[in-house]
Amino acid sequence: MTQPLNILLVDDNGLRASIIEEGLRDAGHANVSIVTTVAGLVKRIEALSPDVIVVDLENPNRDQLEDFFQVSRTVKRPMAMFVDRSDTAEIEAAIEAGVSAYVVDGLKKERIKPILEMAISRFNAVSRLARELADAKSELAERKSVDRAKGILMKAKKIDEDTAYKLLRRAAMNENRRIGEVAASLVSAYNLLGDA
Amino acid sequence: MAESSFIRAGYVPLLDSAVLIAAAHMGFAEERGVVLSLQRETSWATIRDRIGVGQFDCAHMLAPMPIAANLGLGPLPVPMLAPMVLALGGNGVTVSSAVAAKMQAAGPEDFDTAPGSAGRAFAAAVRQRAEKGEPPLKLAVVHRHSSHNYDLRYWLAASGVVPERDVEITVVPPPLMPDALAGGGIDGFCAGEPWGTIAVARGAGRIVTSRAEIWRRGPEKVLGVTKTMARDHPDALEGLILALCEAARWCADPANFETLARLLAAPDRLDVDARTLLPGLTGRLETAPGRQREIPDFMVFFGDGAARPDSDHGRWLYQQMTRWGDAPLSEEGARIAGETFSPALFDAATGAADGGASGESPGERPSGLFDTAP
Repeated sequence: MTQPLNILLVDDNGLRASIIEEGLRDAGHANVSIVTTVAGLVKRIEALSPDVIVVDLENPNRDQLEDFFQVSRTVKRPMAMFVDRSDTAEIEAAIEAGVSAYVVDGLKKERIKPILEMAISRFNAVSRLARELADAKSELAERKSVDRAKGILMKAKKIDEDTAYKLLRRAAMNENRRIGEVAASLVSAYNLLGDA
Repeated sequence: MAESSFIRAGYVPLLDSAVLIAAAHMGFAEERGVVLSLQRETSWATIRDRIGVGQFDCAHMLAPMPIAANLGLGPLPVPMLAPMVLALGGNGVTVSSAVAAKMQAAGPEDFDTAPGSAGRAFAAAVRQRAEKGEPPLKLAVVHRHSSHNYDLRYWLAASGVVPERDVEITVVPPPLMPDALAGGGIDGFCAGEPWGTIAVARGAGRIVTSRAEIWRRGPEKVLGVTKTMARDHPDALEGLILALCEAARWCADPANFETLARLLAAPDRLDVDARTLLPGLTGRLETAPGRQREIPDFMVFFGDGAARPDSDHGRWLYQQMTRWGDAPLSEEGARIAGETFSPALFDAATGAADGGASGESPGERPSGLFDTAP
């Protein structure tokens, strides 16, 4: 049996880090640590001496981390980004998902690949959830604007609700915009005119 | 004009991303038939990665980055070109109030009016610490392959400080510099504006010299373009260079500084107070509470060939990389660096006359270095 791998997850999104950690534990990796704050990161890395570090791509400290991997005398083992430069599809998938990974030189790629794949799929799942939530929120906001815009039109033009909606829809089609956007502009213009 | 070209570009939210942001949002790109889609990133590593896998066609880059990519240094290197310079200068060396007091004591009173005297005062502060057996001062730069790193080291070495022995140089993201300085995590930093100005405003330190004084009109940020993009979409690239030149001319006009500062300061761009951007744009900096200094050519976007890349500058940057152990010295390396900064595409796009043959020796000293007699 080979030595278990020491894995460190650096992610300021603690929830996402926990979701990946759970996946890694289910896959049999017992030594998983999470760092969510940057403070003391370098000391943690020195203490943990991880074999694999997974960092979210948007982490502002990546330049600092990479410099640390390159020049620090306290890192006993050199770390390189990703493990198999020839696997461009995997690297693209990782960057698309927002994952970067640093691996101790000399580790077999068969051991790293499943870890990277796990991180990629869980990052994607978390982004999908976030996107769905944002979509739901904006849909709700749009529906509110449309209702408000209909009310304004009904009052100003003395028309019924159905006619008001058709007016909005026609304007959206003519301007090649979404009905929610047209409604939102109408509401803000109306507010600007001071008769709110 | 043919149908418009779609170009994806990454940038890091710094004052010197101004030309790209102005081109995208003030209509300059549109006028040239370019749809310039900008994406903000939080690190140079992510800029490099997205360029590396083809998610960006081009990006706001530290001048040495395309050279490093062409030398195969670091992860995901792809062949690149720097067909335009986006900004010259713009950085300051800021030290903590404690270090500034030591420099002041070493004198003279106005030590910060020239890099030479500032360097001697800094060297004196470094020697005092060594004599007392205190740990070396810790200085931060934004990236190893940056002009911040190379200019800081050049200034230190010319002042009698051996960077690898007498100080510790580390990497910190620019927006975290003022806090790191105030909290004592670092004793000084070299970063682009507005971070020096913000550190001084918070009472955390003093700007003791600047990039513009160490190497006047040295290239700071470039447009980094993949060779693939340059080969496959030459017309789009030409349109982009022209749009960026017009944007740079607009950014360089003092009449537009207020508008530019407001444009850049927005929450989805630099996300800072617009007032902190004006000192960098005007070159009138508050270097310490109540102390104003006017630094000529502090930051330059346009004029007198500022935007035109220069192969000599590429070779000089390469020589700095080799000097500090970031790249092995070779004639091949110098050739690659010179080609990276070739002005050919810029000249073709702008219709500029050939600027004349440039020097061929590796790392020929460019003009504007502070320790070169004029």
